[in-house]
Amino acid sequence: MGYKTIIEDNIDILVVGAGLGGTGAGYEARYWGRDKKVVIAEKANIDRSGAVAQGLYAINCYMGTRWGENNPEDHVRYARMDLMGMVREDLAFDMARHVDSAVHKFEEWGLPLMRNPETGAYMREGRWQIMIHGESYKPIVAEAAKVNADKTFNRIMVTHLLMDDAKENRVAGAVGFNVRTGNYHVFKSKTVVVGAGGASNIFKPRSVGEGAGRVWYAPWSSGSAYALLIEAGAKMTQMENRIVLARFKDGYGPVGAYFLHLKTYTQNAYGDEYESKWFPALEKMVGKAYLDTENQHFSHKPIPTCLRNHAFISEVNAGRGPIHMVTVEAFQDPHLEEVGWENFLGMTVGQAVLWAATDIDPKYINPELTTSEPYVMGSHATGCGAWCSGPEDVSGDIPEYFWGYNRMMTVDGLFGAGDAVGGTPHAFSSGSFTEGRLSAKAACKYIDDGKAEGITVSDEQIAKRKAEVYKPLETYTVGRNEIVGGTVSPSYILPMPGLQRLQKLMDEYAGGVTVSYMTNDKLLNMGLQKLKILEEDLDKVAAEDIHQLLRAWELKHRHRTSECVVQHTLFREETRWPGYYYRGDAMKVDDENWHVLTTSQRNRNTGEYTMEKQPLYHLVGGEDK
Amino acid sequence: MPTFVYMTRCDGCGHCVDICPSDIMHIDKKYRRAMNIEPNMCWECYSCVKACPHQAIDVRGYADFAPLGHSVRVIRDEEKGTIAWKIKFRDGREKNFLSPITTQPWGTKIPDFRNEAQPTEEMRNSELLAFEPESIRLDDGGLHTLESNGLKLKEGVYY
Repeated sequence: MGYKTIIEDNIDILVVGAGLGGTGAGYEARYWGRDKKVVIAEKANIDRSGAVAQGLYAINCYMGTRWGENNPEDHVRYARMDLMGMVREDLAFDMARHVDSAVHKFEEWGLPLMRNPETGAYMREGRWQIMIHGESYKPIVAEAAKVNADKTFNRIMVTHLLMDDAKENRVAGAVGFNVRTGNYHVFKSKTVVVGAGGASNIFKPRSVGEGAGRVWYAPWSSGSAYALLIEAGAKMTQMENRIVLARFKDGYGPVGAYFLHLKTYTQNAYGDEYESKWFPALEKMVGKAYLDTENQHFSHKPIPTCLRNHAFISEVNAGRGPIHMVTVEAFQDPHLEEVGWENFLGMTVGQAVLWAATDIDPKYINPELTTSEPYVMGSHATGCGAWCSGPEDVSGDIPEYFWGYNRMMTVDGLFGAGDAVGGTPHAFSSGSFTEGRLSAKAACKYIDDGKAEGITVSDEQIAKRKAEVYKPLETYTVGRNEIVGGTVSPSYILPMPGLQRLQKLMDEYAGGVTVSYMTNDKLLNMGLQKLKILEEDLDKVAAEDIHQLLRAWELKHRHRTSECVVQHTLFREETRWPGYYYRGDAMKVDDENWHVLTTSQRNRNTGEYTMEKQPLYHLVGGEDK
Repeated sequence: MPTFVYMTRCDGCGHCVDICPSDIMHIDKKYRRAMNIEPNMCWECYSCVKACPHQAIDVRGYADFAPLGHSVRVIRDEEKGTIAWKIKFRDGREKNFLSPITTQPWGTKIPDFRNEAQPTEEMRNSELLAFEPESIRLDDGGLHTLESNGLKLKEGVYY
């Protein structure tokens, strides 16, 4: 094979994946490590990569302590409520106490934040969200990382982390290939901050043709945040906590600003309010601590997102769909109409395209909503990711939550941000950036403390990975000679049919959209068997060119992520988040046995998973503002 | 196919290839112009549309659910710091929107930490990040801690 091996040696901090989390790490690493070598490896172009590539119209995580609006613990209580109790509250508190400083810097750098003309404070969309003109959010933030990193490698698909050959369980860098030149890139590094993305497209999407691209989370989010870590043997947490989104139908345009700022509301096909009638039965299922039908209205306590989904799904299954967003009242106000449209143009242009194509002007027509296929990620309203250490001053007294360096995983020298960090939902863009900063500072300290001395990466390890990386090209070359043409071969599968097989089995066995998010222990066990066989076939995934090689590796990452998701879903024998998924064999919240965080660890050599329950510590004291 | 490229406007410069987050804008070998090679991996994020210097790239909504006869066009101007949108409905109606994209001359306000004073040992050993605590509340207040906010972490079911 004619691909060169390009080695970047003596790196101190390697950032893998530079979305909002990775850019935060690249920026902060230079502040604490002036003489350190900081290198970024990004799958796309850092100026438009990650979930914020398209832009955002809101920053969903801003405390506003500066204006006396919220304290960090208020946000922790909110996230805990929304996730039915399942949050690493030490990490969530730590993120929330720093996040405003990131947002203030974004404003200095040029990000247009809207202001409330009366108070001068940032314009609030909701309690935690502020409104921005964020079309260029990503290129502005990317600049901060590019200026401060020594090198930014664009178009590198990182396939594996490197492990230290001299010391057990220590990271030593990463390898991957350039999706343009095809060259093999080796990054030898003392520490690695994984800022890669969560997983779209592991469950069969509602749209399976061209529209498969219009997934809610970006199609380039290939679960690398998880697969890289799982394969390195890092302990993962809350991987069962996939998320289903109630969004505008087909375009998946966001509803946050519509509910919170425009004060639009939902109704069923016959014009009736439907949520409240599902709540009494739901209250029995989840318990009064999570849904108090009688007092909810008076307490103004928000209802967990999954439970609102449950009412939506139930109403549709009862034959009274579709659910509509009532926009025609709000859109009579020209200012609110403008906000409604710019909200899409700033972050989900596809929804505007769809409304233009179907002549839907929400000023006159109430658009349809739908519930999406499930997604696995850890920075929006869900908390999949790696099991990480908290900061000493918050987590220091809890042995399960603290092992020396903030945001370090259970692999030495391996840190994370954004989707990669588990148990920290509601971080969103600003919180992910903040987690990157926290990771980078801790990584610098880890190096300064002498923890990264004597790292060895053998030539064997590098060569072994290289052979693995390019195997799909070879498989294609050999197998292609066997057939006249087309995509059907008895000796290989191409990445797209492989992806479709993964999506179909995850959908049918692990609680996707075609089964109304229902699964059980039997289905999950069958799913695991099918994933095992798919893994054998993925050994024979074929790539015609370098672009397909990228898709082949994305598929392998999605597969590994899926396996971990199914293991976790099987382990948690309860229905903790009705509306995200249901365990038909355990259809209730079971606080007696499952008021815990789940963790898994995949054995690097045998591929066996070890599942554990981890204790939940809640923040107590302090009054809600 | 979500994005597509007009034959007569594209000169094959490759700006779209360079920016596409999904790696689906490629140069066609025969025509030496750009094309979308994988429409079902296109998010309609418009990164390529905005980057094209010749307005050669447009979007036709996903065939799964979007009828023909619409357009959403955009001009992003870094010099002026604005983005302009024109939406044309299938029935011919139009809507126009204009928003700022930045408040600063492009790329001028980002600090290079190599030019800043070194953080002290005390700062290194604290929980503070760059420019903290000042940048959190823009006053003299310190970083929130469990102690300062009267909080404890307690194991158990109820909170």
